Amino acid sequence: MKRFVGFVKKEFYHIFRDRRSLFILFGMPIAQILLFGFAITNEINNVNIAIVDHAKDATTTAIIDKISSANYFSIVQIIEREADIPAVFQQGKIKAILNFEKDFSQKLITNQHAQVQIITDATDPNTANTVSNYINAILQQYQKQLNHEVSTPYQITPETRMLYNPELKSVYMFVPGVMTIILMLVSAMMTSISITKEKELGTMEILLVSPLKPFQVIVGKVFPYIFLSIINAIIIVLLSIFIFKMPIQGSLFLLGLESILFIVSALALGILISTISTTQQTAMMISLMGLMLPVILLSGFIFPISSMPLPLQLISHIIPAKWFIIIIKGIMLKGVGLSFVWKETLILVLMTLFFIGLSIKKYKIRLE
Amino acid sequence: MTIIFYIIQKEFKQIFRNKGMLPIIFVLPLLQLIILSNAATFEIKNIKFAYLDSDHSSSSRALIQAFEASTYFNVVRHFSSQTQANEAMLKGEVDVVLAIPSHFDRDIQKNKQATLGISINAIDGAAAGVENVYISQIIQRFNKNIKTTQLLATKPSASTRNVIETIPLFWYNQTLNYKTFMVPGILVLLVTMITLFLSGMNIVREKEMGTLEQINVTPIKKRHFIIGKLFPFWILGIGLLTIGLLIAKLLFHVPMLGSLLLLYLYTSVYILVILGIGLFISNFTETQQQAMFVAWFFTVIFILMSGLFTPIESMPKWAQIITKFNPIKYFVEVMRMVMLKGAGYIDILPQLGKTFLYALLMNTLAVWSYKKTE
Amino acid sequence: MEQPTVITVDQLTKKFGAFTAVNAISFDVKKGEIFGFLGANGAGKTTAIKMLIGISKPTAGKANVAGFDVTTQAEDIKKNIGYMSQKFALYDDLTVKENSAFFGGIYGLSRAKIKEKSNELIRELGLQKVENQLVGALPLGWKQKISFSVALLHNPKVVFLDEPTGGVDPITRRQFWEMIYKAADAGTTIFVTTHYMDEAEYCDRVSIMVNGKIEALDTPQNLKADFKAENMNDVFLKLARG
Repeated sequence: MKRFVGFVKKEFYHIFRDRRSLFILFGMPIAQILLFGFAITNEINNVNIAIVDHAKDATTTAIIDKISSANYFSIVQIIEREADIPAVFQQGKIKAILNFEKDFSQKLITNQHAQVQIITDATDPNTANTVSNYINAILQQYQKQLNHEVSTPYQITPETRMLYNPELKSVYMFVPGVMTIILMLVSAMMTSISITKEKELGTMEILLVSPLKPFQVIVGKVFPYIFLSIINAIIIVLLSIFIFKMPIQGSLFLLGLESILFIVSALALGILISTISTTQQTAMMISLMGLMLPVILLSGFIFPISSMPLPLQLISHIIPAKWFIIIIKGIMLKGVGLSFVWKETLILVLMTLFFIGLSIKKYKIRLE
Repeated sequence: MTIIFYIIQKEFKQIFRNKGMLPIIFVLPLLQLIILSNAATFEIKNIKFAYLDSDHSSSSRALIQAFEASTYFNVVRHFSSQTQANEAMLKGEVDVVLAIPSHFDRDIQKNKQATLGISINAIDGAAAGVENVYISQIIQRFNKNIKTTQLLATKPSASTRNVIETIPLFWYNQTLNYKTFMVPGILVLLVTMITLFLSGMNIVREKEMGTLEQINVTPIKKRHFIIGKLFPFWILGIGLLTIGLLIAKLLFHVPMLGSLLLLYLYTSVYILVILGIGLFISNFTETQQQAMFVAWFFTVIFILMSGLFTPIESMPKWAQIITKFNPIKYFVEVMRMVMLKGAGYIDILPQLGKTFLYALLMNTLAVWSYKKTE
Repeated sequence: MEQPTVITVDQLTKKFGAFTAVNAISFDVKKGEIFGFLGANGAGKTTAIKMLIGISKPTAGKANVAGFDVTTQAEDIKKNIGYMSQKFALYDDLTVKENSAFFGGIYGLSRAKIKEKSNELIRELGLQKVENQLVGALPLGWKQKISFSVALLHNPKVVFLDEPTGGVDPITRRQFWEMIYKAADAGTTIFVTTHYMDEAEYCDRVSIMVNGKIEALDTPQNLKADFKAENMNDVFLKLARG
């Protein structure tokens, strides 16, 4: 037992003496949370639009005024000729162009019908669609005003409640995601590199020949990272509570337990990676390319899983991060207890056992 | 000059002999390009929808049908009590619940007014907003189409209604295909990551192994050594780009409106920036692990702030200023402008110029900070 | 006949902050000499060598190697010296032939010369069967010999060897020293550090560093006489004890 403690101590020394890595280990989650909380958002803001106004009359001016007073848009350019539109889009600064036809007011009064084109740069289809809808909504509003519109005969009013996140803050969705990513990447990556490094340097064999059992070696290597990851998790939660005022609805204790479960699963994954890597480089690249992107994109962190094609939805089932995100969203934002997330927890437990079992098997083969 | 050639030769040999890394360098990124381009979408589909019908009238059934007919919603459950509905929400089994009150039909016929209860899981605020829009659209349409037993006289005001007809036109991507938008961006990501990590770790690896010291004892000039070292990764980056473009074209049918040559020209300069950053990092780190960590740190931040996943215009002013120093942002812009809009040399001149300056700066810094003698 | 001096060292000093690793050492090495630079681990040997081969700048003092100043003409020195580090720094994922060709090319040898020298190297070491094997797969003793030969490829005036015989069996060590003798006979000056005191006997002259200072400098025979010791090991022990 004393040997084991000594071994764990050595691992801690390794880590804490590497100032640069340590700085990144803790700085990374903080930077990410801050970015996500303050900078990354899908909402539409400050969209640059341009106007082609063939009519230049009272109505078009009124409409343009209404649009520019909406906070989402900045009217930055007036285009004189329609033929100039492609060049403007190509420059890339303008996202939408309003094109009023000639004699707009007149046509409206005489024929009761006038046309305006809402041309959007749909290379970003999401923004284009939203911008188009917003502009359309403003125009429809103006039309109502114009007609002193009587409301339609029937009025069905939906009373909508936004559950768990009434202000629609994007932070609520990102914090669980960032926590998951950081825990998974740090644990899996660090573990796989640490073990592989010993293999590469040849010191692994020394350890295996020592009186320490192989299982003690692995646990000893992995232990400091559990500790580090827990600290990371705590930092993230504290940041979200105090800087973003994100409430933790559910039990902190349960959150802690589930986090530890997830950390262990990530560590087991890291151990697995180390069994198939001979060099640190390989371990790093597998962790990064094989783990990071899929976790970010397929775990439901940014992109909703339900919108993905079926094969990808199935693949997302085998990514532990996906289940953990469901669990923490449930605990943090919905305030549910174990009874509501037991299914996901069980899946995580099974996955962890599977990874551990597989690693043990691979190590046994190696040692023979 | 020939000395550079010797270094390049050695590097290539080492890269291709590393059997474990080859699939990671080539197969993995392209696999990811294929898989992840399919995953990345902000479209909201298959929304888990449920209803609580306390009215059971023809009107309520018609309303429910309107939702069933919608392609956005999957009607998965119906509840007989609010408690059931709440629990299902908590469990995550449904994301939207429509509660139709028991006097819905009567309210419509008699008072011409009715209310509906809508509950939306708003953890993903943006998605909730979109879902709300879809719901409103369906309800409005339903509103207009209600037939009643009483005939209504056509409103006299209807004939004097002035209609502003809005025609939405979606240029460059009429079908609003999200893949067209994401594939070039993801390709940028992959090329960047591979070249950055390989170049960054490469020199540190030689440091760790001791061969770097051996090289420093030879009379080889700094710049020859560095050029020789980085050149193979530059080739690798271009190679990845090529295969990626092929996949984009053949598999995803992403349009290629602009000049291919222009794209390659820009990418060549861009990769130099990334290699310079990788080299710079490796000059200041002692172990591969450190090098990788630092590279990872900057990569994630750069990716998030590149406009790849979320628009830069939506960021606060201070964040937008930071993005001006982000090479990935320019690459993403150029890719989309050239491929999807057919932008020309003049159009991307600002990005090209900035990237070129960046390359100059980074590589000068990198070469200067590489010390053969301490 | 006086041989010309190839290395002159005058009060060479290296400090790391408050710690003085190399403390004002001075000595000369003549052409064709096998000069043993001895000392315990941590005595400052490797630091001193790093200054002489031009990859570490001295804090104070001067030194001249192959006619060039270590502080101002480091790159010129590198053209005229060879180096074998403690880690036998060859590329494990290149073959014997490729390593040889690579370093030959780096030193500016012509293709023809590279070919000639590589074949010579392989022949002399008897590596024909493994010339196309990756160096990483070869036993330590072979790597060591290959490293030494590669260091000599460009006919340097001086070869610096830093602990070249670490971890190999006595027979291999003996064979290695045969190679050193051969090179010295051909006129190459050998500057070798080691903590194997028995190897000190093989050198023409030996210096012993203790805590950054040179505490003894003479031929092995003279040192043994001075310190009334049976072998160099005893000389060292007597020195170290102070």
